[in-house]
Amino acid sequence: MSGQTPIRPNQDPGWLRTLILSTVVLFMSVMVGLPLITVFAVGLSKGLGPAMEAIREHDALAAVGLTLFIAAIAVPFNAVFGVCASWAIAKHSFRGKSFLVSLIDLPFSVSPVVAGLVYVLVFGLQGWFGPWLIDHNIKIIFAVPGIVLATVFVTFPFVARELIPLMEAQGSDEEEAAVSMGASGLATFLRVTAPNIRWGLIYGVLLCNARAMGEFGAVSVVSGHIRGQTTTMPLHVEILYNEYDFVGAFAVAGLLCLMALATLALKTLVEIARPEVGGHAV
Amino acid sequence: MPYDPELPSEAQFMTSSAHSSDAARAPVEIRAAGICKSFARHPALNDVSLDVRPGELLALLGPSGSGKTTLLRVIAGLEFPEDGQILFDETDVTFAAAAARGVGFVFQQYALFRHMTVAQNISFGLDVRKGGARPDKAERARRVEALLKLVELEGLGGRHPAQLSGGQRQRVALARALAVEPRVLLLDEPFGALDATVRKSLRRELRRIHDATGVTTVFVTHDQEEALELADRVAVMSRGQLEQVGTPAEVYAHPSSAFVAGFVGDANRFCGQMLHGRFTSGALSVSAPGVADGAAEAFIRPHHFEMATDDLSGDSVTARLERLVANGPYARLEARLTDGRIVDAIASHAQLGDLPPAGGEIVLKITGGHVFASA
Repeated sequence: MSGQTPIRPNQDPGWLRTLILSTVVLFMSVMVGLPLITVFAVGLSKGLGPAMEAIREHDALAAVGLTLFIAAIAVPFNAVFGVCASWAIAKHSFRGKSFLVSLIDLPFSVSPVVAGLVYVLVFGLQGWFGPWLIDHNIKIIFAVPGIVLATVFVTFPFVARELIPLMEAQGSDEEEAAVSMGASGLATFLRVTAPNIRWGLIYGVLLCNARAMGEFGAVSVVSGHIRGQTTTMPLHVEILYNEYDFVGAFAVAGLLCLMALATLALKTLVEIARPEVGGHAV
Repeated sequence: MPYDPELPSEAQFMTSSAHSSDAARAPVEIRAAGICKSFARHPALNDVSLDVRPGELLALLGPSGSGKTTLLRVIAGLEFPEDGQILFDETDVTFAAAAARGVGFVFQQYALFRHMTVAQNISFGLDVRKGGARPDKAERARRVEALLKLVELEGLGGRHPAQLSGGQRQRVALARALAVEPRVLLLDEPFGALDATVRKSLRRELRRIHDATGVTTVFVTHDQEEALELADRVAVMSRGQLEQVGTPAEVYAHPSSAFVAGFVGDANRFCGQMLHGRFTSGALSVSAPGVADGAAEAFIRPHHFEMATDDLSGDSVTARLERLVANGPYARLEARLTDGRIVDAIASHAQLGDLPPAGGEIVLKITGGHVFASA
């Protein structure tokens, strides 16, 4: 072939682009696509009936309920915490600021299992507050509060990490302008800061939610695996799998996947809807 | 106060608004006394005292890091001093919040609310007022329209900041600052981010708006030409201290320190020695009565070098003509002294005929200059 394909400057030759692209596609298919398909294939291997039965079973429904309940507490908490932390870090300068930033990153670097163990150490029977908690009849470890704590810990960097660079890039000029025109702190936040960060906030909340529903390690340590009471969906999947109930395990896993995919779809929608400049007035 | 009869009548609403009492409308005097402020133990302002007269347009001029923006922010209430006092008329506002002082602040990068329209930006200061202090919706809309007209942006109220040019954004920022009917208008490098043409026209605009509203106005700039052209008085700052305050003519003709002489206006700078009332630096020697003996600096402006013809009384210096640029109202000369240094001088077009070709010898008569003993 002697046909001349116009080669644009600063662009790799066609064969190289094809090679890179196919490598990526192949890798993604094997590492991500195939397992995802397997989850649904195994879950539905005996037909839709047994799969639906596994999901409708009492303990499974309890696990779904608990997972949604945990997310419903952890996500709003971390949204508020994330906004506060990034506001403090991006708009103010104070001693120990870089230390606080590292602290926020800690849950990303520490293994979730370690996080779970720490909570057991602090709140468990033999822990620091253990005797006091027993005296006051408060159960944290091997109960729902422990699972909430562990999930909050593991997911708390998501919103803050999303907002800190955004707020730092925006600076505090607009807030200063608002204050100089007589806006109160709350009015400044609601009218100026919040509209500027809302897309970043939504994005961070969705990522946080995906992780909160899927967390296994930390939750596994503090939950105690009481069926129908302290098992979240990931834990329930593990229990079913260890009991050789593959259809049930994969059916519940499939539902968890669907919830995660729904979150991702929402995130993509947000990215499409996100306007480049300005946006509509509030 | 100069008054421009060409102004649209709406432009005067600032002075005639029914919402403000006469007392609040009378131009405010700003007094900063002994202001000290440091950042991370690095002093930004060191015992600065400055009076801004009621209704005047004052420029804070200085190089970057001289503390001029910090002083402006202290006056605005965006920073608080470690020592000293800020008075608006007789009221101590040193630690009052920005809004309570009644200042309008225009930020260097405009700081427009990017998610709001131009009209929403301008009415923000009115929208956030509480209860009875907030004008009703129709009144707010009327004021926004009047302000848009004042800054010549009629019809652009529905745009977003991102859809405006730099000059238009600056006008919106100005209108927004004026919307709250400030007693004091403060502008931080208002033309810094604009290109030269827009800067020139906006300069005139600011002067016009200042004259129309009569609000005491302070603006920060590092551009000496801008300060001299626009301001009633100029306050020159350097290293956290006030060097000199005066009218542009005073500061230019009678600089009080070596820094002011070098920073305001063009000047040839010479380092040399004072001895018995004469300053000597290489081939150059001028009389400077009253300056102490020892190391000294001399600043001689280009127009202080005059082409000498026959009258050789007083100080003069022999030089070789290096280059001649004759594209303005004056011809600019570059001349090399016998000790090898190059000085800038000026000649009128009438004198051009007397000039030798490049490389020829000329005699420059020194008609002025400023000599300061080195600190």
